[in-house]
Amino acid sequence: MTSPVVGVLALQGDVREHLVALATADAVARAVRRPEELAEVDGIVLPGGESTTISKLAVLFGLMEPLRARVRDGLPVYGTCAGMILLADKILDPRSGQETVGGIDMIVRRNAFGRQNESFEAAVDVRGVEGDPVEGVFIRAPWVESVGARAEVLAEYDGHIVAVRQDNALATSFHPELTGDHRMHALFVEMVRARQAAGSL
Amino acid sequence: MSSTPQFVETTGTARVKRGMAEQLKGGVIMDVVNAEQAKIAEDAGAVAVMALERVPADIRKDGGVARMSDPNMIEEIIEAVSIPVMAKSRIGHFVEAQVLQSLGVDYIDESEVLTPADEVNHSDKFAFTTPFVCGATNLGEALRRIAEGAAMIRSKGEAGTGNVVEAVRHLRQIKNEIAKLRGFDNNELYAAAKELRAPYELVKEVSELGKLPVVLFSAGGVATPADAALMRQLGAEGVFVGSGIFKSGDPAKRAAAIVKATTFYDDPKIIADASRNLGEAMVGINCDTLPETERYANRGW
Repeated sequence: MTSPVVGVLALQGDVREHLVALATADAVARAVRRPEELAEVDGIVLPGGESTTISKLAVLFGLMEPLRARVRDGLPVYGTCAGMILLADKILDPRSGQETVGGIDMIVRRNAFGRQNESFEAAVDVRGVEGDPVEGVFIRAPWVESVGARAEVLAEYDGHIVAVRQDNALATSFHPELTGDHRMHALFVEMVRARQAAGSL
Repeated sequence: MSSTPQFVETTGTARVKRGMAEQLKGGVIMDVVNAEQAKIAEDAGAVAVMALERVPADIRKDGGVARMSDPNMIEEIIEAVSIPVMAKSRIGHFVEAQVLQSLGVDYIDESEVLTPADEVNHSDKFAFTTPFVCGATNLGEALRRIAEGAAMIRSKGEAGTGNVVEAVRHLRQIKNEIAKLRGFDNNELYAAAKELRAPYELVKEVSELGKLPVVLFSAGGVATPADAALMRQLGAEGVFVGSGIFKSGDPAKRAAAIVKATTFYDDPKIIADASRNLGEAMVGINCDTLPETERYANRGW
């Protein structure tokens, strides 16, 4: 089977680390900054970065609507940290005019774990990831306040939801792309393959 | 059963400090002197703001000793925006850095723009939970700062001039020295470390990675969208813009334009559009007429 093409939204953030992690997980990884580039991918990662900045640039460069349309249409999508915020149907305390792509029925609290001085590393058990806990790197990280009936909680830390999946959308508060442990990316690439297989039946 | 030791929650690790800078990549960090400017910067798409009392152009004009900003002003800016807030300490002034950490800033810039407090030693940056960014004019200087615990490097340029020439010089210098290391074998790396006056382990790491082990931004003299895109094309992973925005005719518009050009740094059409009708750029200073004592890049070692 040919490797799926997985894009990384490359408006701002730790794009390079995601490209490396996806390549390690046997995907063809590509940076996506334009609508025509988005049209060519089988899945997309929304990276870590500043959620307000990424959201503004996505609107400005005409990516927000195509992103919403493709995610609504079932395009597999994985968001880390800022990317998780972008996948939330609702932000608890949005900056004025801050838009999201949506896709997961959840309410997210931005910078919930605190400012940079409170940023931390901790082991996180993630449902669907075999073996040792995932090394969670939490940087000014959000958490999920609540999820709707269709969203499945994959991990909690310290009583807060930090990983969620709903259909083809996956989100984590933490940054697996910074650790060299690419099991979360492998899980996502499996989701992309599963959709491809379903589509070719 | 897993034999891997369970690791407990830890703050202030190298991964968390350097990882924070990774999140800023591809973005613009803007100097602001009050909450109102901070909001303009955030609305324009800045990834972070640098809170300081006077932008470098005014520090040049006013002269005298430039110090850490008033904590009240830093706190007002922290309150005003949700993006990360950075602030500057003087070189070697670790008490200013302690104060900034206690205020909860997200990054400390140990900066040559302020008047150095110690002409021999920089601050021990491992002693802090808050990460540090430091300026460098060449690879050796960058690696010495990383050896002291810096989690992010910016090329120094010449702040407050609106002239990009020194930023280009410093970034090219760093990139050229990294490229040279790439071709060295193990025997040569020991001598290279000696020449760079940097720890051998870091020199070896750079030689293997082909880049610094931390994020590299550019700073000092960026005034236009094309300047920002130039620094990106030369290899900077993002840009600091100091006086260039709020010393110009239409700060909100110029700020948004520089953000656009930084994201699409390799697309001349978008840079052209971003450059239209921005009003007056900051006037600028020719660096070759600057007396040696007024060159900030010479501060730090």
